[in-house]
Amino acid sequence: MMRKTAFAALAAVMVLGAGGASAQTLKFGLAEDPDALDPTLARTFVSRLVFSALCDKLVDIDPNLKVVPQLATEWSWSADNKALTMKLRPNVTFHDGEKFDAEAVKYNIERHKTMQGSQRRGELSAVTTVDVVDPLTVRLNTQAPFAPLLATLTDRAGMMISPKAGKALGDKFATAPVCAGPFKFVERVAQDRIIVEKYDGYWAKDNVNFSRIEFRPFIDATVRLANLRSGQLDFLERLSATDAGGVQKDSKLKLASITEIGYYGITINIGKSDKSKSPIGSNAKIREAFELSLDRNGLNKVVFDGLAVPGNQWVAPNNPGYSKSVPIPKRDVAKAKALLKEAGNTNPVVNLVTPTTTDANKIAQVVQAMTKEAGFDVRIQATEFATSLNMADKGDFEAYILAWSGRPDPDGNLYSFHGCKQPLNYSGMCNPALDEILNDSRLTTDLAQRQAAWEKAAKIINAERPIIYLLHRKWLYAHNAKLTGFKEYPDGLVRFAGMKM
Amino acid sequence: MTRFLLRRLAILLPTLLFVSIIIFGLQQLLPGDPAIAMAGEERDPQAIAEVRAKYNLDKPIWVQYGLWIGGILQGDFGESIRIQLPVSQLLLEKLPVTIELALLSMLIALAIGLPAGVISALHNGRWPDYVANVIGLWGLSTPNFWLGIMMILLFSVHLGWLPASGYVSPTEDLWANLQAMIMPAFVLGTGIAAVFMRHTRSAMLQVMASDYIRTARAKGLYERVVIGKHAFRNAAVPVITLGALEFGQLLSGAVLTEQIFSIPGFGKLIVDAVFNRDYAVVQGVVLCTATAYILLNLLADIAYFLVNPRLRT
Repeated sequence: MMRKTAFAALAAVMVLGAGGASAQTLKFGLAEDPDALDPTLARTFVSRLVFSALCDKLVDIDPNLKVVPQLATEWSWSADNKALTMKLRPNVTFHDGEKFDAEAVKYNIERHKTMQGSQRRGELSAVTTVDVVDPLTVRLNTQAPFAPLLATLTDRAGMMISPKAGKALGDKFATAPVCAGPFKFVERVAQDRIIVEKYDGYWAKDNVNFSRIEFRPFIDATVRLANLRSGQLDFLERLSATDAGGVQKDSKLKLASITEIGYYGITINIGKSDKSKSPIGSNAKIREAFELSLDRNGLNKVVFDGLAVPGNQWVAPNNPGYSKSVPIPKRDVAKAKALLKEAGNTNPVVNLVTPTTTDANKIAQVVQAMTKEAGFDVRIQATEFATSLNMADKGDFEAYILAWSGRPDPDGNLYSFHGCKQPLNYSGMCNPALDEILNDSRLTTDLAQRQAAWEKAAKIINAERPIIYLLHRKWLYAHNAKLTGFKEYPDGLVRFAGMKM
Repeated sequence: MTRFLLRRLAILLPTLLFVSIIIFGLQQLLPGDPAIAMAGEERDPQAIAEVRAKYNLDKPIWVQYGLWIGGILQGDFGESIRIQLPVSQLLLEKLPVTIELALLSMLIALAIGLPAGVISALHNGRWPDYVANVIGLWGLSTPNFWLGIMMILLFSVHLGWLPASGYVSPTEDLWANLQAMIMPAFVLGTGIAAVFMRHTRSAMLQVMASDYIRTARAKGLYERVVIGKHAFRNAAVPVITLGALEFGQLLSGAVLTEQIFSIPGFGKLIVDAVFNRDYAVVQGVVLCTATAYILLNLLADIAYFLVNPRLRT
């Protein structure tokens, strides 16, 4: 009897405990364990998801990719476009109570630019000096006009850490990050959980409805979804496209999605190394035939259940940077065959390196089947991701399937990939005319002028095909139907303010 | 016995040193550069160079090995390139979790495997034997990841009895800890139970056919004494070795099971580390596991002595 009562009491406590906690705590399922929680050193998408809770940025984007205020309330470019002056939000404090001001911004930008191993140095290379105009005004000076700078500050380069904590912890900052976001860091157990708690001193705390967020990594998409179904999670990112239908049918769950700012494409080695002497690397006609033998809609249906967006440029067709005068070519196997005949090679062999992820493998197989009809002999070389990156870096490939997560400004998807000798230029393309256009597009902040430059670039790139762009995935999320206030953003990140359950 | 132990301990250190060289050498054969793997899609060449310098990856391999082994002798296992935490901290965080999982799995395996093996041997060729064999075969041939996902679907999603995954430390909440561990321990335990069952069965069959069992029976001993004291004790010798090896296997991290149930142990640690070319972490985990294997083998040898008097001469 005693035992029964005790058990009932225990059960009651557990039920109450669980109910009470779920109203306050958001249990968030991540697709991987984040890397270092230091905005200067971090490299992964998943760490950016955690930063959205921890670290506010100078500026943010809205769902239409427009730059909007966050820690900076307004900004202006100098007449020569070489200085960006920003007014800072007053009465903002970091999680350790330190004041956020122009000195803090200067410290952060300089830390990004100088810290050993900084991943932000490249993004901020245009910035030469930072001036503290007054406590709430800061000026970023650049050597030459650099239009993408503002968009760069909507990501990790614009995240502000407490200078006091940064100086005290040095390169160990990731063990106890201190920022100025809605939630403050509590603890991290690698590969198990990251816990953050609402920061009472947050400048917009009235819009923050959770007292705690628990981030838990689940690498397997099926297991991640099972945890959402069983109530262990309230929210998960990167739902697998094949599970989207099931989530829609489940009344306890909700599906959300938005087109990414990145892309999936096939990079072709046209000048990076000796491997560019392959048929596809050395002959533009063969590359054209390759593209004409592809049906992007079919690819989308087979690999992504029709949930991705076919595309032929570095941004999706709905992006302001997309050039409508360079449309997606229709599949034309007859023309592809004719082109191969003209090129004098009706049965070209293409060695296609692909990372071993499920999506990339499926894409490779579908591409292999489609191009076969035109006469191509695609040989798939599935390679574990870290190794494939190394091969791309050395130019040890003929064709390589690669996904890029994308940047808010189209320049971030373009410049580094196609500019001569740029770090992400795996194709080895180097075209002086294109280089000039790419540089021009950075000199002005006027959108119409930049669009004109991108259109010229699109024409050159689509004729040369150093990258054959395929499609743009959708960020897919599933969450508890009780959760409200979630808005999708094209950068795939979750803004926790405004969400509640 | 003491001499035997001393001799075994004396070869322990050279063995570990040898293992450490192998670990270090093999790892260098992995394609892919840790600094590039770490840089991911950002690929800033200067950052990559700085990371190489910071973690001594730009030095010749023997210098790297010297720095690594020198650090370990002082208790410093290096730092994870990916998450920038000390490897020793990661190992200390994960080791208790994996030990707990291994112990629970072992308990389940023994509780099922030994009696099943004994029963099936005693009923050789009759229905309990067939039932035990069929279940054993099923246990051996069912992949852990499949059984794991099926259990999650049944007990977590449909019935809602157990958490689908995640881990709670026993010091924080023992009940929640057991709830989280029971499914992964069962998945791992049943696989090993089948191995135990088959070995116990064949050892028992062999022993039961031997002369001293006939003698014991002829003396008029109770059957349970014959089986429990004479037969099982002798049959246990090969099972002990097997147990030690299986336990070592469990400690090396039940890789898939830990992934599926999100149990933050060695298995999860090493999988992520290999994919990210996080050398220091891989080396730390492998060295720890190798040490555990060697020590477990030693323990198995000691257990032989205690169980089987014939070896004591």
